[in-house]
Formats: sequence, structure tokens, C-alpha cells
Amino acid sequence: MFKNILKRKSSREIAKDRLKILLISDRVNCSPEMMEMIKNDIAKVISKYMKIDAKSMEIQITKTGNRGRGLKNPTLYANIPILDLNHDIP
Amino acid sequence: MSEVIVVTSGKGGVGKTTTTANVGTGLAAMGKKVILIDTDIGLRNLDVVMGLENRIVYNLVDVVEGNCRIKQAIIRDKRYPTLFLLPSAQTRDKSAVNPSQMVKMIEHLKDQFDYIILDCPAGIEQGFQNAIAGADRALVVTTPEVSAIRDADRIIGLLEANEIHKMDLVINRIRYDMIRRGDMMSSEDVVDILSLPLIGMVPDDESVVIATNQGEPLVGSNTLAGRAYQNICHRILGREVPFLDLEKGISFWAKVSGIFHKN
Repeated sequence: MFKNILKRKSSREIAKDRLKILLISDRVNCSPEMMEMIKNDIAKVISKYMKIDAKSMEIQITKTGNRGRGLKNPTLYANIPILDLNHDIP
Repeated sequence: MSEVIVVTSGKGGVGKTTTTANVGTGLAAMGKKVILIDTDIGLRNLDVVMGLENRIVYNLVDVVEGNCRIKQAIIRDKRYPTLFLLPSAQTRDKSAVNPSQMVKMIEHLKDQFDYIILDCPAGIEQGFQNAIAGADRALVVTTPEVSAIRDADRIIGLLEANEIHKMDLVINRIRYDMIRRGDMMSSEDVVDILSLPLIGMVPDDESVVIATNQGEPLVGSNTLAGRAYQNICHRILGREVPFLDLEKGISFWAKVSGIFHKN
């Protein structure tokens, strides 16, 4: 029970999470659902080879790469925490 | 060398006009020659925030249409001799002016002023295009709310597409008590999401409402918001000023209480 109270997200975190997802789709005209599907597919593929933390993985598409550096092509960034590199394939 | 700054946000009501008035007044108080241009045609506001609404004879549209000389439309501020205002038209609409006319007018003003500050209307239509047409740099104003940040992100994309790459972020209406409770995004959160350099954090301060009631910009006054705006002016001039002590003090507590909110 105590764990549940601590695990409750603050509205600040909810706002941040919603914005992150929202801006991804705003920036590429791609729906949050589709981004979620891309994310899940990437996780599935990587999981074949190593153990990853799919829950805290993040993907992001930026329109100009890194802002201010003048890159024009959209870039897909994936931040995938690896739990175990030598994960045996079941 | 004069610099043309557009103050923009996308969303309405986040504090563009207040920021324009205070940054302009602050720069003039520091001895710079400044003109503020209200580009919100049809919904003019900057004049009332500056307390200059009774002095308007001609406006931006009159200048562009050639009904008067530009000198006749410019109003001198009542407090600072180097501060001027070019008011917008109240009874016309956005389409009365186009971006190339704005560029031409700004070019004409460039050799007379150190800073030309454009107060941009809300939205991304022609009024926005007019306001950014002649700008060298932008102050993007937002509040720590989902809707305002989303619109700011849109605006940043549009500014980039229009080759305005010098952009700085002003976060307005920050409530430290709420950040401490974990109920408002902190300036770090907002910077993290928008990835723009931060030029100012303005607390949600009653004195802003009082100052607007009186038509007196509060920059430089001994209020939190007044000091925050003063610091923005220093940073525009390229001086390095630390962010306000109180903000630092409280953000430390925000971190401490954040430990209890996380996980």
C-alpha cells in the first residue's frame, strides 16, 4: 500500500510525459499511436539480442536533428536502456 | 548596430505584451534607444500596458498606408526619453499590413534605434508572419503548462523555417510553491522539452497585475517579477547574470521534495 502512494505520479510528471509524446507527433505529423507501435517494434527486435528495459525506453523524432545546428533532415533517436548485454535467446 | 527582437508565443495570454513592455522599458532604462511596435492589428494592447493609450494619433497601418510620416505615429514614453511606441490599429484587421511592408518599415527604423521590439499577436497567421518578417532574434514566451509549451514548440519550428535561429526562452508565471509540490513543471523541465537557451524565468507575481492596472511597467522595481525582467534585459545585452537567488533557493527545495514525489 505504502509503495502505491510513493509510486503515484505527480501532475508535473504527467504533464511532462504527455508533452513528450504530443510533441513527437506534432513535429512529424505522426500519431502517438503510431509512435507507440514503432517503439514496441524496435523493442521487440532489440530484445531478440539483448535484455532491455522496454518500459523506460524513449523514442523521439526531431525535425532538424539537434536544434540550432542547421540539420534539416528529421532524425529518429531511440534511448534504450540495456539491462544485460549477454542475454541468452530463449 | 540595431537589433530587431520579436516577442512571440503562439498561445495567447502567456505574457507577450507584458514581456515586450518590460524588456523594452528595461533596455531604455539602461540607456538604449528602443522602439516597441505593437503588431497585433485589431487587438491593440501594448499601449494600455505602457499607459500611453491617450497619446495615440496615428498607428502602424497609417504608416504603412502612407497616411502619415512614421515620426508622426511614434509616441515617446512618459518615463524614459529613449523609449518609443508605435501603436497598432484597433479598427483594422491583420490583412491591412503584409510582411514586405513590415520589413521595409523596420529597415527604415534600424538606423534610428538600438533595439526594435515587436510584440507579436497570438496565432500563426498573417499577424505572426508580419511580426517575424524583419526580426533578427526571438524571445519565445511560454508558461509551464502543456498547451503553452505545445504552441511554443510549433512557433519554434516556424521561426526556424523562417531562418530565425537566434531564439531564447522566457518562462512566465512560474509558481514555486506548485513546483515544490510536484504540481508544476520546473524551468528545467520546460528547457528540456523545448531545448532552447533560457533567458528568463518570471514568477507568477501579483505585482504584474497591479502594474498593468496602473499602466506602469514594473521592470527594475523591487518585486520578484521586476527583477526577473531586469535580468532578462541584462542578458539581452550579453551580460551574464545569475538567475534570481530565490529561484535557486526554492529549486533546491524542489529537488528535496522531488525525492519524495519520485517513485
